[in-house]
Amino acid sequence: MAKITLSNLAHRYAPLGSQASSYALTEINHVWQDGGAYALLGPSGCGKTTLLNIISGLIKPSQGRVLFDDNDVTGVPTEQRDIAQVFQFPVVYDTMTVRENLAFPLKNRGMAKPDIQARVALIAEMIGLEELLDSKARRLSPDAKQKISLGRGMVRESVNAILFDEPLTVIDPHLKWELRTQLKALHREFGHTMIYVTHDQTEAMTFADKVVMLHEGRIVQIGTPEDLFEQPEHTFVGHFIGSPGMNLLDASIHGDLAMLGERAVPLASAYGTVAGRTQIGIRPEHIRVMADGGLPAEIRAVENVGHRRIVRAHLDGHSLNIVLPPGEPLGTGTLHLQFPPDKINVYADEWRVAGSIR
Amino acid sequence: MEKRQNNKAWLLVLPVLILVAFSAVIPLMTVVNYAFNDTFGNNQFFWNGLGWFEEMVRSERLHAALGRQILFTGIILLIEVPLGIFIALHMPKKGFWASLCLVLMALPLLIPFNVVGTIWQIFCRIDIGLLGRGMAELGVDYNYTNDAFDAWLTLIVMDVWHWTSLVALLCFAGLRSIPDAFYQAARIDQSSRWDIFRHIELPKMSGVLLIAVLLRFIDSFMIYTEPFVVTGGGPGNATTFLSIDLVKMAIGQFDLGPAAAFSLMYFLIILLVSWVFYTVMVSRDEGAQ
Repeated sequence: MAKITLSNLAHRYAPLGSQASSYALTEINHVWQDGGAYALLGPSGCGKTTLLNIISGLIKPSQGRVLFDDNDVTGVPTEQRDIAQVFQFPVVYDTMTVRENLAFPLKNRGMAKPDIQARVALIAEMIGLEELLDSKARRLSPDAKQKISLGRGMVRESVNAILFDEPLTVIDPHLKWELRTQLKALHREFGHTMIYVTHDQTEAMTFADKVVMLHEGRIVQIGTPEDLFEQPEHTFVGHFIGSPGMNLLDASIHGDLAMLGERAVPLASAYGTVAGRTQIGIRPEHIRVMADGGLPAEIRAVENVGHRRIVRAHLDGHSLNIVLPPGEPLGTGTLHLQFPPDKINVYADEWRVAGSIR
Repeated sequence: MEKRQNNKAWLLVLPVLILVAFSAVIPLMTVVNYAFNDTFGNNQFFWNGLGWFEEMVRSERLHAALGRQILFTGIILLIEVPLGIFIALHMPKKGFWASLCLVLMALPLLIPFNVVGTIWQIFCRIDIGLLGRGMAELGVDYNYTNDAFDAWLTLIVMDVWHWTSLVALLCFAGLRSIPDAFYQAARIDQSSRWDIFRHIELPKMSGVLLIAVLLRFIDSFMIYTEPFVVTGGGPGNATTFLSIDLVKMAIGQFDLGPAAAFSLMYFLIILLVSWVFYTVMVSRDEGAQ
């Protein structure tokens, strides 16, 4: 197990100067702490798989270094990095039984037979495949196959980190939950450094202690699931996390007031002069409805999803989502809204601005 | 919802049925007719029962031709299948060179069979052929027209030249369908090159490989045109394979009864082998699910 450091890392697929020389990853400096459970979250094409493959050594970065503990492994090939990777589609050796699959990496490393047997038995118990040990791997269901590929990674004791590349894509929805819980338990028990790539925020939030949010090849925020929800550092994070995402409204900032056109919205702290395009962001879950006063918003549609209602409303031409608990019918009139000051984030040119506490 | 059977749909199959009747069923029945009857012309037939079959089963000549046929098919399968796999594994994976390879390899497959025969017949002639004359100049005693071994060698090299591409192209397609993740996982597992082949590549292309073997089996087992053009079945009967022998018997000697019994048995052998292949393929597919 090891701490993984990415230093000054960047990658582009096409050579510099050619037409498509845009960077898949730009300037990443980050330390993955030993034993952490990380999720690498972002939409398709944001560079998360590229980043993962750089860590595993399947791709050599165009620039920068990768360190395992203090050893520079940038030039070290995958097979010598002692990492495990679980891919989007389950990779099993069709010709082998489950037992042989699990023993394969150890056999290749020349481990003694009795040691292999003991280790395989242990891992099979951990991933819950003891009963299938002697069946052919190709006859198993996708989730069992995915467990095998996870087991093949964990079977090596020296493994530095386990990397997951959207491992639940082909798994049935009701089994996803179970596998994720199992992963989490394995992490607690054995403390491997785990990096989990996904575009599914629920997966990321439930799996990880720390979520690394990637956007257009850049890390835009690293934080706990709470941080990402309450204080998105970038409007993209606010928009991407949550369903529906954060409401972003153009506003001008004057001290501790945000002006939505003519309407003043009080903020929790004072902001100096904020340059650039300024916006305030508020989560649909945080907006309060009052009997009277506040910001008048016109109801456009109400979607009832059982445990909550999503109201699509208009406030002076801005569209706004509000999440309300189930309750009295809302009708079609006007809602009186209040934005709790401590729940409002202020953004300048997409990045969050911190206010000074009064 | 209950689906109603509409039997009028069978009418749509009728044209094909008529076509197949004229192209296959009726000619086959004619053959069956000859196989169980004897005739001296004038369209007069005399019932002979299994007589022709008994004669053919005991025929030394047929045994010899069948033996040669099995040997030939066995040899070319043993050469073409591994060679095809080897070529597929070493072909460029993408880009200009991959396209060039594909085109070059497809070329022999596009040449008509009798042209292939003619090319090699001329190529190997010891008086004017590039290869034959070249061998003679080098002092190699090579003459496919009067040496049985040389004749076999020529036919085998010709068939390998003609058909290895088919195996290679099918295998190449099978290999291309393997996701990169498998190779990446194999690297992480420190798999050897042989293990990658044995446990990833071979199982993943076994489906297409089975089809390649089946096609090559059927084609080579029925081979006629090329040996007919190159050696004419000679020297002696050295390269008289089943088809060549059959034609000699039916058209050369006009022994229609024995030839008909012969062709039915020939047909049954191929049908049997194809059925075995089919069963294996189907059971494999079921096993994979």
